[in-house]
Amino acid sequence: MNAASILAATSGGADLGAFGRDPWWLILLKTVVIFLFLVLTTLLMIWAERRIVGRMQQRPGPNRVGPFGLAQGLADGVKLMLKEDLIPALVDKPLYILAPVVSAIPAFLSFAVIPVGPEVSIFGHKTPLQITDLPVAVLFILAMASIGVYGIVLAGWSSQSPYPLLGGLRSAAQVISYEVAMGLALAGVFIYAGSLSTSEIVSAQHSLWYALPLFPSFVMYLVSMVGETNRAPFDLPEAEGELVGGFHTEYASIKFAMFFLAEYINMTTVSALATTLFLGGWRAPWPLSLIDHNALNHGWWPVLWFLAKMFTLLFGFIWLRGTLPRLRYDQFMALGWKILIPASLVWILIVASFKQLTNLGYTRFQVLAYVGIPLALIVLVASFFLENKTVETAETEPPPDPPAAAGADRNSYPVPVLTGAPPVHDIEPNIEGVRGG
Amino acid sequence: MTLADDVFGLLGVVCLAAAVLVVTSRHVIHAALWLVVCFGALAGCYLVLTAELVAWVQVLIYIGAVVVLMLFGAMLTRAPVGAVQELDSGNRPVAAVAGVATAGVLGTLVVAAFRGAYVDIHHTQIGDGKVIGTSLFRFFVLPFEVASVLLLAALVGAIVLTKREV
Repeated sequence: MNAASILAATSGGADLGAFGRDPWWLILLKTVVIFLFLVLTTLLMIWAERRIVGRMQQRPGPNRVGPFGLAQGLADGVKLMLKEDLIPALVDKPLYILAPVVSAIPAFLSFAVIPVGPEVSIFGHKTPLQITDLPVAVLFILAMASIGVYGIVLAGWSSQSPYPLLGGLRSAAQVISYEVAMGLALAGVFIYAGSLSTSEIVSAQHSLWYALPLFPSFVMYLVSMVGETNRAPFDLPEAEGELVGGFHTEYASIKFAMFFLAEYINMTTVSALATTLFLGGWRAPWPLSLIDHNALNHGWWPVLWFLAKMFTLLFGFIWLRGTLPRLRYDQFMALGWKILIPASLVWILIVASFKQLTNLGYTRFQVLAYVGIPLALIVLVASFFLENKTVETAETEPPPDPPAAAGADRNSYPVPVLTGAPPVHDIEPNIEGVRGG
Repeated sequence: MTLADDVFGLLGVVCLAAAVLVVTSRHVIHAALWLVVCFGALAGCYLVLTAELVAWVQVLIYIGAVVVLMLFGAMLTRAPVGAVQELDSGNRPVAAVAGVATAGVLGTLVVAAFRGAYVDIHHTQIGDGKVIGTSLFRFFVLPFEVASVLLLAALVGAIVLTKREV
């Protein structure tokens, strides 16, 4: 009873009055435009990725189909559609067919709550440039991402072959771990903005983009978004050096293409989410926002800023792939669980106390003093102890005898001990070459 | 009967049917996936009741984490494709009695506790986090803390089970 009365009594919260008033044709128009935009971005991204990685590796990249090879993505797509759609004999057929679909659909859905621009007038109708918004829009995106992982897991399992299974297992572990880190990174934004709705978060950033005050959250989000989308250097589920093709080894033709569509749309979505939550969404960058009394933040201009920010982040994805070698699996999990998650927990505590003190009416300077000085002291003391400890271990514990250590570690695997060289398991594994276009 | 009532009822049917399939299926992985359908239908029920936060948290936690972990476990043991006879334990009547009894207890409890607690969904704030947070920390603090202690105990138990030598 009490719960019911409080449910009925409490009002206020997000003001989403601008949403849910569009006529049906406008909703249809927005949906079709977003759909086309995502598919075209995918085609463009495939071309851009191959060209840019080519340039980074000092080779031209695809440049034959169309001007600058622009139609290469389209040509590849058509080629894939025309290939034979193989279904191996031993697969679990319904799941095998369902997997690429499950992977692609949530990728499209989550873009529905991304604000691309402010209210504009389309054929005389004032409407926000966003299909819809929910009071819990960001949770919706996270939920869609968590459904998307089923595509990869089911593809890995239903193929009934060792490499896809390993890819599917890796992917399940990876996406779950990095979803935790991602959720924690986003929690900082929720606490700071006081809302889960994407349009509210954008309007809360009118004076300061959250990438600055919440810089640690931003960095953690950037790392976990690469992990979440299975992109290099975190593309372990499909590591072709170890797993042939990973979860999609047994797939061909249009099903294979759908996995790639899902991967690129997911990249677009997480970049758009980073833009929305940390980079001010569609707001013009600082010097430009001063021109002509903020004229560049009205009408259709904001779409340009939004796209510019999003494609910068997408370029970052390509740049990473061209630069970094793939991580080893245990390094990757250690990064997620031992660094990202604890660090984001500490950071959320800091943000929450900052927010609470501000709500209580303290000035920013006082808050900095109350939170910052104890924190600095803790870090100072901790670093003092940690430093002592490393010095101590270095002094007191002589490094263990390499052959003995090697023998103790690997009872079951007789490994020859190389004299004069470090034990075998200390040698860094050969980094396989960066994937070519 | 409004449209919302119809959708709610249909989702309930889907949920129940999927739940029955979870326990009757002889494919381990298929059983887990029927559980996903069941949870999804339940999330749909929450959405019809305008509890958006609860609905998406349900998807995020139960579909996105719990069942994925179950699949993970099943795959680590190389769950076979096709029906497995060992999934039938021969305790069907006992299990059915236990299931019906549990459902009866839970149903009676919920009806007794919330009979007459109607919420006018046209005059409430739709699915906001604020409402949930307020009622959680004003009326349900003790159950909330008890649940967290329970989870902590489960966590410690899992560590103890996996690290017997320590």
